[in-house]
Amino acid sequence: MTISTTEKIEGWNTPPVITPDSEGELLEVAMGPHHPSTHGVFRMDVALDGERVIRLKPIFGYLHRNHEKIAEGASYLAAMPYTDRLDYFCSLTNNWAYALAVETLVGQAVPERAQYLRVILAELTRVQNHASSIGFLIQEMGASGTPLMYAFKEREKILDLFEELTGSRMMCNYMRFGGCRVDASEAWLNDTRKVVAGLPKFVDEFENLLSSNEILMARCQGVGILSRELAVNAGVTGPMLRASGVNYDIRKVDHYGIYDRFSFRVPLGEHGDVYDRYMMRILEMRESIHILEQALKEVPGGPVMDAKAKIRGFRPKPGEAYGRIEAPKGELGFYLISDGGPNPYRYRIRPPSLINLTILEDMCLGSNVADVVLIFGSVDIVLGEVDR
Amino acid sequence: MVDKQLNIELGKQGVFVTTIEELYNWGRRSSVWPMQFGLACCAIEMIATTMARYDLARFGAEVFRPSPRQADLMIVSGTVTKKMAPQVVRLYNQMAEPRYVIAMGACAISGGPFKQGYNVLKGIDRYIPVDVHIPGCPPRPEALLQAFMALQKKIDEQPLTGPGRPRHLDAEAQGEFPVPEQGEHDLEPTSNKGVWTVPVVIR
Amino acid sequence: MKSVEEIKAAIEAAVPGARVSVVENPSVSGQRSLRLGHAHAVEVAKFLRDDAELALDFLSNVSGVDWPDKEIAEKVKVTKTVTKTVDGVEQQVEEVVEETRKRTEPGYLEAVYHLYSMSKKHGPVILRMRTANRTDEVEMPSLTSIWRSADLQEREIFDLFGIVFTGHHDLRRLLMWRGFKDHPMRKDYVEPDDFEYEPTAHDEVLQRAQEHQAAEQKGEGA
Repeated sequence: MTISTTEKIEGWNTPPVITPDSEGELLEVAMGPHHPSTHGVFRMDVALDGERVIRLKPIFGYLHRNHEKIAEGASYLAAMPYTDRLDYFCSLTNNWAYALAVETLVGQAVPERAQYLRVILAELTRVQNHASSIGFLIQEMGASGTPLMYAFKEREKILDLFEELTGSRMMCNYMRFGGCRVDASEAWLNDTRKVVAGLPKFVDEFENLLSSNEILMARCQGVGILSRELAVNAGVTGPMLRASGVNYDIRKVDHYGIYDRFSFRVPLGEHGDVYDRYMMRILEMRESIHILEQALKEVPGGPVMDAKAKIRGFRPKPGEAYGRIEAPKGELGFYLISDGGPNPYRYRIRPPSLINLTILEDMCLGSNVADVVLIFGSVDIVLGEVDR
Repeated sequence: MVDKQLNIELGKQGVFVTTIEELYNWGRRSSVWPMQFGLACCAIEMIATTMARYDLARFGAEVFRPSPRQADLMIVSGTVTKKMAPQVVRLYNQMAEPRYVIAMGACAISGGPFKQGYNVLKGIDRYIPVDVHIPGCPPRPEALLQAFMALQKKIDEQPLTGPGRPRHLDAEAQGEFPVPEQGEHDLEPTSNKGVWTVPVVIR
Repeated sequence: MKSVEEIKAAIEAAVPGARVSVVENPSVSGQRSLRLGHAHAVEVAKFLRDDAELALDFLSNVSGVDWPDKEIAEKVKVTKTVTKTVDGVEQQVEEVVEETRKRTEPGYLEAVYHLYSMSKKHGPVILRMRTANRTDEVEMPSLTSIWRSADLQEREIFDLFGIVFTGHHDLRRLLMWRGFKDHPMRKDYVEPDDFEYEPTAHDEVLQRAQEHQAAEQKGEGA
């Protein structure tokens, strides 16, 4: 896929301006920060002409918790529990992204067993994140809670696995620079195999209830279309990008971890609307289950932490590194600058949720207010990551 | 208060003896409707508490109301930032008495792991009165259930007359709490002196 | 993918007059970057995006970095005339003396751009732009007209660091509220003093807590 001409992109550095149909003042509504459907404390100042959206300005910062500033005052390892709280649904992938960035900075190797455990935990995280995300999307459509209950039922099983291994349901704080914190017992691996064996049935049940549902199709198809060129230019990543038809999955591009050993497909969407993004998450759940089945068959023995990894007095040499992974929400990257001291000099998080929201206005203009909630839900954001 | 044994005997005959206070509080505590107010990570554990595994509805919290006017309980779950603090106080002001606040999680109690932040409010009890605090980061759903039960016990023990009576029966109780302004460097005032006093450290 | 030097040569060939220099990266990651001058930055960015070989169509990350003024103390060997007694007689002698000279290297604010290519699946290519100083000359050209993904990220850098991006269509604060005056991520930012209580205080926090306690007690006593 190549971008053909620059003329197509020229008009996209600002959101388009549309003219209202009727004369008179526009109705200005503040959706949020306390709103039943905004996934947290997020505010959108919407100007309406009847039901049509003429202008939409998102306002961020209601959950700005100064993660980057705190990490500059804390050592590299002390910043690891804060990464749990970034995208609080997927704490293990956040941990991996940070560990990967630091390992890129110092050139740290990771033993085999740790690599397998990382992949298994990351894919479990992806499954529960996509299930919850679909659950929340359907809840915003009006099915108050039932698909979410199905999603959370599976999520509880996966959280039980996390708790057994890492000690905590959500804030796992499990990855370290050079491996993982504790080893997984054979009993845990057997429990995981049992849970993974039950996952395809859950995804089938979920799809059965939802994918050919009339209301879902009527409300989601053709809504919030994001064109391929705008998606690439706006830095959108993750399922939202692939729903617009761009084949870019960092697991396949960067070859990080041991993803090269597993065969999995990258689903692509055609239209880039809300229905495609919903289907993207269902298909990615199936691919994740496929990776899990392959990985669980061949977990090797050995240590989970590199013997030469420096834990105490960790002072990387001066320099910088940017490490990124395919988190369930998109590309999660960490940019670290080290000045030779025990604390990072600059600790920057590349938040997929914030950057995916760059074109929220473009997608919502001209559609109804009810569609705004759906489009926003299909972007699948977590406020902890948007505001850090 | 009627003797317990006598109560049971009378109950066998089909006669139910109680006080108005007990009855009133029983009705109040068995139908506390929380407001949908999730801020951050603790909100996910709150949602998990309402899901099928740790059902909160069986304790009376049947529906989570989105509107503060229709809610009895505000579960402040997650970090309250200085940008969000005025809205939290405004929402609290809009709730009708009797209203209760549960500060869920370390961030709502005192700022939590983000306490050093320039944008983090060091605890929601600086501006509004809090009834139950739940420590944890995030607290388990069982902890939220225990806090809910503690709140129910607190409601049970509120007398109808006298100094300990609930605020909606007290004509002089403070209804509106002042909303902080967002100043140039910080919130103004940094705390509500009537609600929160600086704890004195005794070593 | 081309190396950093080859990219520099390609830029200099395509955009004459562009100032590009290679910035080394001593760490193992080997991610070296290119520093751009402000004058032709937008044209260089356009070339990088539209070039058939590079096709860097994906701006992944824009970070701000604050480099405060550095005080460098150097030991310099200087020849000076010194009065010394030689054989009992006071004389003026030329001698080589070591002196410590202090100079301040001016600080600057920096924006770092990480570029990847979605069509060619290569990257990262890292660009840097620096402001002249940290106080009054804090402008930098905005690359939002080339890559839309810089939109919100440049707003955040304006909010937290204070770099003013010229050519940005809507430069307002992103994360802090509208009336906020400081730029919090700078290294010399002083946090507001709302830290009245700290259970295990030490160092400066203990000092501040003690000052607050003294003020409270004085307030009660008076």
